[in-house]
Amino acid sequence: MDVLLFELALTFYFAATIVSITDLFKESKITTRIITSLAGVGFLIHTLNIIYRYGIAGHIPIINPHEATSFFAWCVVFIFFMLQVRYKVNLLTSFVMPIVFLLMLSSSMLPREIKPLSPVLQSYWLGIHTVLAFLGNAAFALAFGIGLMYLVQEHHVKSKRLGGLFGRLPSLQTLDEINYKLITIGFPLLTLAIITGALWAESAWGSYWNWDPREVWSLITWFIYAIILHARLVAGWRGRRAAFLSMIGFITILIAFFGIKLLKKGLHVFL
Amino acid sequence: MKVFIVGLNHKVADVDVREKLAFSGEKLDKGLLLFHELPEVQEAIILSTCNRVELYANVTDAEKASDSVKTFLSQFHDINRSSLERSLYIYDDVTAVKHIFRVASSLDSMVVGEPQILGQLKDAYELALSKKTTGILLNKLMKKAISVAKRVRTETRIAENAVSISFAAVELAKKIFTDLSRKVCMLLGAGEMAELAARHLINNGIRDVLVANRTYDRACGLAKEFNGRPVKFDEFINEMVRTDIVICSTGAPTYVLTKSQMQKVMKERKQKQVFLIDISVPRNIDPEINDLENVYLYNIDDLQGVVDANMSERQQEAAKAESIIAEEIDTFLKWQASLDSVPTIRALRDRAEEMKREEVEKLLHKLPSVGEKEREAIEYMATALMNKLMHPPTAALREGGDDKASLVAIIRRLYGINGEEKE
Repeated sequence: MDVLLFELALTFYFAATIVSITDLFKESKITTRIITSLAGVGFLIHTLNIIYRYGIAGHIPIINPHEATSFFAWCVVFIFFMLQVRYKVNLLTSFVMPIVFLLMLSSSMLPREIKPLSPVLQSYWLGIHTVLAFLGNAAFALAFGIGLMYLVQEHHVKSKRLGGLFGRLPSLQTLDEINYKLITIGFPLLTLAIITGALWAESAWGSYWNWDPREVWSLITWFIYAIILHARLVAGWRGRRAAFLSMIGFITILIAFFGIKLLKKGLHVFL
Repeated sequence: MKVFIVGLNHKVADVDVREKLAFSGEKLDKGLLLFHELPEVQEAIILSTCNRVELYANVTDAEKASDSVKTFLSQFHDINRSSLERSLYIYDDVTAVKHIFRVASSLDSMVVGEPQILGQLKDAYELALSKKTTGILLNKLMKKAISVAKRVRTETRIAENAVSISFAAVELAKKIFTDLSRKVCMLLGAGEMAELAARHLINNGIRDVLVANRTYDRACGLAKEFNGRPVKFDEFINEMVRTDIVICSTGAPTYVLTKSQMQKVMKERKQKQVFLIDISVPRNIDPEINDLENVYLYNIDDLQGVVDANMSERQQEAAKAESIIAEEIDTFLKWQASLDSVPTIRALRDRAEEMKREEVEKLLHKLPSVGEKEREAIEYMATALMNKLMHPPTAALREGGDDKASLVAIIRRLYGINGEEKE
């Protein structure tokens, strides 16, 4: 059942990705509707999958790398739909669904068995800390997609070649504002995740900060986004620079996320 | 009964000829009625715009009609007939239908894809309706032309992109800023094109307009016109901090805005996006300003480049539109052919035959015990009844006459015979 739901969700995300990429080349109103339905059905099945695993394991399913990556993808789709309800960003799907699909694909290649929870993790902090961190990172993933859209659109306007996606992408200012908004949502979530993580670390290991790789990388990403926000407010780093930095920020998150898993070192190995 | 056109447009006639032939104001009403009164003309519509004058008619004999319409035109407008003939085109039947569909879809326009022509055609048709100069053929033709134009509009991107410099500026402004109504626009210097661009921006939501001019009086005058605020020319740079769109068109021989000035402005406005439009020749804004972040500078050539690219895209879309039109001509011709009496008589008899058979079968089904003889009698009676009932309409159709087309249409409607696709 777990496998079936997961594979179904993966298939729907795959279909949504393919259609959304074709959408970049040929405009059609029906295509947009198809993509939204595919992603929506994928999201529902994915949600069932997560609830199902929760039911079996008895705790939030983000313990092993497979679950973590899958939950991350779920958070990205969740924030994506939130964003679409609010802003209806044209073509956003084409820039976000590929990220979701790649996350799900890597999740599908990781071992899926449900392991019992190690005593260290048996804490209410598990849910709070991880959900905060994942939602924050998902907001940054969306900021990456929006940032990329900004760079494409800015290239059109700056180079004065108004073909391609120019007509269908939103305005520069809109993209810039959404990018900023996503970071102002992601940043406090990340901050809270780090604080709750520290509190949890104190109760589990007796020390707030242990300099393990994940902690270090979280701090690095925290600084990157802090710089983005600070430079914007103080020096007016908006537009291209902000878009570019928000993409670097998310790449750092990915490196931290997957890099640490590959290295399997430190206290966060289980995650 | 066929569609017939006499006309001229911007391609075949210069403006001085078009002017002379234009039906403007009261001339249009009068001209339409006189045109309709021509003995060769059964239905009439006149379309008169600044780029074209076209007379649409339903005629029987195209040759006779073209002669009498030419005479009518030369008399009505008091023009020498031979000079008139040089610039007229005449179409009938298929070519005429095609021409009207192309005109309605704006494929025949000076600026392909421009939207006004459809409205003008609708107006011309409405006038004809109110003067009762149209009938079955032109009514159908106009309705079809309007629906074809709408189809072309929705199925191709023919009218999508801006094809004038001032519209290109608006299109760009919309892709740089989210909400134009909260943006400030400054008009630096004046000039027809700059004012036009400003007007388009105002139509698209801009409310806050500043006007700077070397002569302060002129600035005041323009500011009043745009409901804006005048600014002294040497102070314009201070206003740049809160200005999002600048339209520059001064007669200055050098740059009035340099890169270092702009750099300072950008710093003060915290790098908020700025759209600079420089339509002055020689240029008034240092082109290197475009290298600054979040500054988008377009000069007249850049805008022209955008327009040209859009134009060539329209040409490509026009090819798609032509194939839509070819399709629609077919359906129109099929409908027109169905107005002929012979297929209508056949369809009418088929319909009656079908009804008769149905009823006879129903009856026989209810009376399973009737013998062969009775059955024949019943069928004989049904057939006789049908023939008697069908005789007058069939005879009327055979006879024909001037009002044959409307007779056919009425009979088709009365008996529920569909010779065309439903719309």
